[in-house]
Amino acid sequence: MSAPLVPLSGLKIATRKEMKKEGGCAASSCGSKAGPADMDPATWAKVKDHPCYSEEAHHYFARMHVAVAPACNIQCNYCNRKYDCANESRPGVVSERLTPEQAARKVLAVAAEVPQLSVLGIAGPGDAAYDWRRTRATFDLVAARLPDIRLCMSSNGLALPDHIDEIVAMNIDHVTITINAIDPEIGEKIYPWIFFGGKRRTGIEAATILRDRQLQSLEMLHQKGVLVKVNSVLIPGINDEHLIEVNKAVKERGAFLHNIMPLISDPAHGTHFGLTGQRGPTAAELKKVQDACAGGANLMRHCRQCRADAVGLLGEDRGQEFTLDKLPEVIEDAPEAREAYRAWVAEERRDRAAAAAEAVLPAAEKPTLFAVCTRGSGRINLHFGYATEFQIYEADADGIRFVGHRRADNYCLGGHGDSERMDEILRVLADVPYVLCAKIGEGPRNRLAAAGIEAIDSLGQDYIEAAIAAVLSTRSARKGGGAARRA
Amino acid sequence: MAFKIVTSQCTLCGACEFECPNAAITLRNDIYVIDPALCSECEGHFENPQCAEICPVPATCIPA
Repeated sequence: MSAPLVPLSGLKIATRKEMKKEGGCAASSCGSKAGPADMDPATWAKVKDHPCYSEEAHHYFARMHVAVAPACNIQCNYCNRKYDCANESRPGVVSERLTPEQAARKVLAVAAEVPQLSVLGIAGPGDAAYDWRRTRATFDLVAARLPDIRLCMSSNGLALPDHIDEIVAMNIDHVTITINAIDPEIGEKIYPWIFFGGKRRTGIEAATILRDRQLQSLEMLHQKGVLVKVNSVLIPGINDEHLIEVNKAVKERGAFLHNIMPLISDPAHGTHFGLTGQRGPTAAELKKVQDACAGGANLMRHCRQCRADAVGLLGEDRGQEFTLDKLPEVIEDAPEAREAYRAWVAEERRDRAAAAAEAVLPAAEKPTLFAVCTRGSGRINLHFGYATEFQIYEADADGIRFVGHRRADNYCLGGHGDSERMDEILRVLADVPYVLCAKIGEGPRNRLAAAGIEAIDSLGQDYIEAAIAAVLSTRSARKGGGAARRA
Repeated sequence: MAFKIVTSQCTLCGACEFECPNAAITLRNDIYVIDPALCSECEGHFENPQCAEICPVPATCIPA
């Protein structure tokens, strides 16, 4: 068991006032390890509304990516940027490329419609640091109009050291660097070439230059107080065991968070790995590597590997609602709606904190998994039939913690269930005894029951932690309080 | 002596436009074009033509 543990007493989520006083949140699993306790107030202030950097914030806040940076200075064996499909969901893929001016208009339109919006990220579809002129132009336009939106970018790191001062000056306080290897002999198998110093370079030379520039970027950004997340793609047979060393190396250099993501590989994507039959890891292989990195840099476990033009809360993509042709002629910003939403979130966090503080777990519980249907806010507020993914929580005597999410196509397709999709849900929830949802029909409830999964919809709208504690208490009472007696 | 872009393969990423030391590459009607009058194949600037070095698609920036 290596998931960061948060004692139940630590499940409270501080209000803004308390944060200033006590210095830090206390979420079930913030981006940081035990989160709150070891996070200084300045850091918490930076991550509290960034859905990627704080697991707790991802229940409330939305991000958007704009695809303004198509040019890239390296080739990765898992990437083929020529491929483009609106139904695909993975990094590097994007449907509509935008000029900085078009992108700024799109951000304004989304900000006016989606008060949850807190972060603008530039993640490609090429490299945001290499395609720097377009990245900078976009950020400058948006910062002038929407000073309350945080700026965030991701890069392979090769061009980053050239722009550190500008990044700091422009207030880009979150940077993600993708580092798949620190050993050039492994890097060589992932990067066929890089373009550096006016020359295309290959082999060990390319992998060494890239590695050095990546670590240099990480050190420089950390020194300047920019939060750095490191992404690593887990490629079975190539860098799986090596990622433990990567984790150590990036922790030493100040990475705030390490996000180990599974390789997405399919011949239809036309990538080198896809075409040569390199497979992606299973969920168990991914968890094994993530668990082996415990004690090193803190791990992000709520990543959804979103597209370079994603819009919305993590796990949802409203990008198709905001394509250029759908943007209104005149955009009226609504900063007061975002302000009101943020005030509401502060209240919600206070309520959720109180609910979690009251939640008491029966003693000596064995670890139990719960699949939660939620549309955010840390509540059980989604119909089972509309859930396209489940948030998985684990509870035992030490507390309740978020351990990841599992995707399954949603069961309900306009009124009638789809039996094959139900099979997929049963498969992904095989080791989960409880499903918590706002509502569930009799048919799916019975099918879940037949598979040994109890669906509970009587706790709809409750906070997740409070509901889980209630379920466990009821179970313990049903058993005649045996667990408590033994303890 | 000049290079050209194979339009059917171009991903329109624009990296070649940045790298060209002669400003010979421009976007015209949604395709990138190399002006043969300006292209020097990077002679005197670099060892190899920069457009071909940076282009992500093999055999897309080639001798005209």
